[in-house]
Amino acid sequence: MNVSALVRKMGPLIGLIVLFVVISALNSSFIDPSNLKNLLRQVSINALISFGMTFVILTGGIDLSVGSTLALSSAVMASFIKGGMDPILGILVSALIGLILGTINGVAISYGRVAPFIATLATMTIFRGLTLVYTDGNPISSLTDDPLFHMFGQGYFAGIPVPAVVMLLAFALCWFILNKTPLGRKTYAVGGNEKVSFIAGIKIERIKIFAYAITGLFCALAGSILTSRLNSAQPTAGTGYELDAIAAVVLGGTSLSGGKGRILGTLIGVLIIGTLNNGLNILNVSSFYQQVVKGIVILLAVLMDRKKS
Amino acid sequence: MEIAMQGISKAFGTNQVLRGVDFTLHSGEIHALMGENGAGKSTLMNILTGIHKADAGKITVDGQEVHFKNARDAENHGIAFIHQELNIWPNLSILENLFLMKQITNSFGMLDTKKMRKLAEEKCAQIGIELPLDAEAGECSVGQQQMTEIIRNLMLDAKVVIMDEPTAALTERETAKLFEVMHALKDKGVAIVYISHRMEEVFTHCDTITVMRDGHSISCRPTRSTTMEAVVQDMVGRAITEYYPGRTTTPGEVVLEVKNMCQPGVFDHVSFNLRKGEILGVAGLMGAGRTEIMRALFGIDDCQQGEIYLHGEKVTIKKPEDAIKAGIGFITENRKTEGLILDFSILKNIALPSVDTFATKAVINDKKEYDFSNDLSHKLGVKTASIQLPAGALSGGNQQKVVIAKWIGMHPSIIIMDEPTRGIDVGAKRDIYDLMNELTAQGVSIIMVSSDLPEVIGMSDRVLVVHEGKIAGEIPHEEATQENIITLATGGI
Repeated sequence: MNVSALVRKMGPLIGLIVLFVVISALNSSFIDPSNLKNLLRQVSINALISFGMTFVILTGGIDLSVGSTLALSSAVMASFIKGGMDPILGILVSALIGLILGTINGVAISYGRVAPFIATLATMTIFRGLTLVYTDGNPISSLTDDPLFHMFGQGYFAGIPVPAVVMLLAFALCWFILNKTPLGRKTYAVGGNEKVSFIAGIKIERIKIFAYAITGLFCALAGSILTSRLNSAQPTAGTGYELDAIAAVVLGGTSLSGGKGRILGTLIGVLIIGTLNNGLNILNVSSFYQQVVKGIVILLAVLMDRKKS
Repeated sequence: MEIAMQGISKAFGTNQVLRGVDFTLHSGEIHALMGENGAGKSTLMNILTGIHKADAGKITVDGQEVHFKNARDAENHGIAFIHQELNIWPNLSILENLFLMKQITNSFGMLDTKKMRKLAEEKCAQIGIELPLDAEAGECSVGQQQMTEIIRNLMLDAKVVIMDEPTAALTERETAKLFEVMHALKDKGVAIVYISHRMEEVFTHCDTITVMRDGHSISCRPTRSTTMEAVVQDMVGRAITEYYPGRTTTPGEVVLEVKNMCQPGVFDHVSFNLRKGEILGVAGLMGAGRTEIMRALFGIDDCQQGEIYLHGEKVTIKKPEDAIKAGIGFITENRKTEGLILDFSILKNIALPSVDTFATKAVINDKKEYDFSNDLSHKLGVKTASIQLPAGALSGGNQQKVVIAKWIGMHPSIIIMDEPTRGIDVGAKRDIYDLMNELTAQGVSIIMVSSDLPEVIGMSDRVLVVHEGKIAGEIPHEEATQENIITLATGGI
């Protein structure tokens, strides 16, 4: 491998390390173990959504409905738990709802042949609207005292925040699917060239539905973490999450036109965004400026990617 | 006016397309340019219109040498090229299309629609046609779009109009109209170059016929002093050399039967059969519907009606996956857009349709997959440092071998090959022919769609000729000659 190819492959990682070093140098409390654990917990929600988004973007699609999916599945789960359902069962129900919502996206896009942007723009509004209808616009709070449920969002496992453990497990699963299974290979193939894949006998529709379904599932999981952390489900939860997820995937080097990218890149992308958020807070940068900085970083990353290719 | 092209040569990479071509055109004539696919007609016209630059030779207009920098430059000299793919903006009206390149504005800098409309109507009247000026161009017929393009060029004062197979997509009435217009233009002193495969039309309407073959201009004669036979002779004159390995297997029983396949406007009541171990050549002109028939058979494109029998049993093929399950493979005409995922490694490309077979418990066995792809890659002689390299980095011939490898890995009993050797070098061609022989010896049947007549004759046990969506005839290997194939393919009897 020549130097430029190496830089290209390692670009996001180098970026992350540079960011880490710079922020640590400016304020050493950034690398406190407690802050790093905090950082991991903070990024887990965006990470789960971004992992799903990676599948979708690899097929050449996009999913704008992730935030709404998170909100709807969380709201239903919260009301069930508040109504006395076992919290663990509640999380499973939420996951199922996420899976179904994602499948709806997938079916509309593959069989309905609606452009992903449009289909998920529509379901983004629909799911958000249903959440508001279901909750009457009010948060569902004080759900349960069950420590197991609180553990999901707030606890630690072997010193690592549980959400971070969930994130790492999800990462391992995605890495495995994408790199080791025919399903993963076909995901890349469909995004790489849909026509070639179709002629090669790949069931394009199934691959796409899977990508959106797993995204829905991960959104629901992210929603469960959020709900557990707050012991409350907000009807407006997840607003704008799609942008952070897309940003993370793109920062990680995955091509928006599909077929090229790595899940490890997405994890790094998520960490870059998380580090920026956390670090800029620690450096006392106003949240208004934070947005500007985040946007510039994304733009620069993509511009550099263009240059190299 | 007289335009003369002298000693024009042109190569694309190592592919010498034109070898010292001469071509002369006079005002007020309709000049037919004929030749097989790949003879160099379009390239020659692209050079005349400034799209390509000649490597050698010169172009003179009335004895003065000219150099066209680009298409716009040639247009300014009054030379217009109406391509097969029309230059139409389907979302704009016919009127807007007519004036897109040369808007007329009033003194405020606003579009002067009235003036443009008046001018357009005048031009239409001059050559005796009517156009729906306000209709969206995309909604108009191909004939109307073509007329739009002709009028547009006339408004740029075109003195030479080149038309590349203009009647291919036209109805009979539209064709008749087009010829009326061509004659009207000719009477006004416009020179017309008419590229076509249709003998009848050429002999009825053209004044002069130039025949090209393999990048040479073979003959240029007035229509009245030549015959269809002579033109066909000039077109095909190539001798079939020892280049083809020859066929040794004898076809067995019928394995595939296609009955009455129809797709309105594309192909019509197509029926044929294929025998075990046979190579069935499918010849015909570009646009005759050969590829479309095969794509429908494989389930890529729609097919309104028709029945397919495999080994005597009726099968339904709605998608490629159905065809693959039935044991059919399809090597598409366009390897870059339909055959390969260029960013994928050679390994992954070869393994793509078979990927499920390397998985035990849903996990791809990397070694099995590698061995599989590596074996096939070796067997087909793909020249590459590693099969981990992206397929896009290979030469055309090697890419084609990867596509073939990918299908052979599926062990199909029938392989459809659409232009299997297009754009690949002689050595790789010979490899592919040998492989075809090897496959048929093992009992695989091959349908080979090809525009390369010597190849069709050299490699087929039987030749099917398609003309305008219909099977025009079937010729056994022993009787197949370039002359009788061309005759059938151009609608002769």
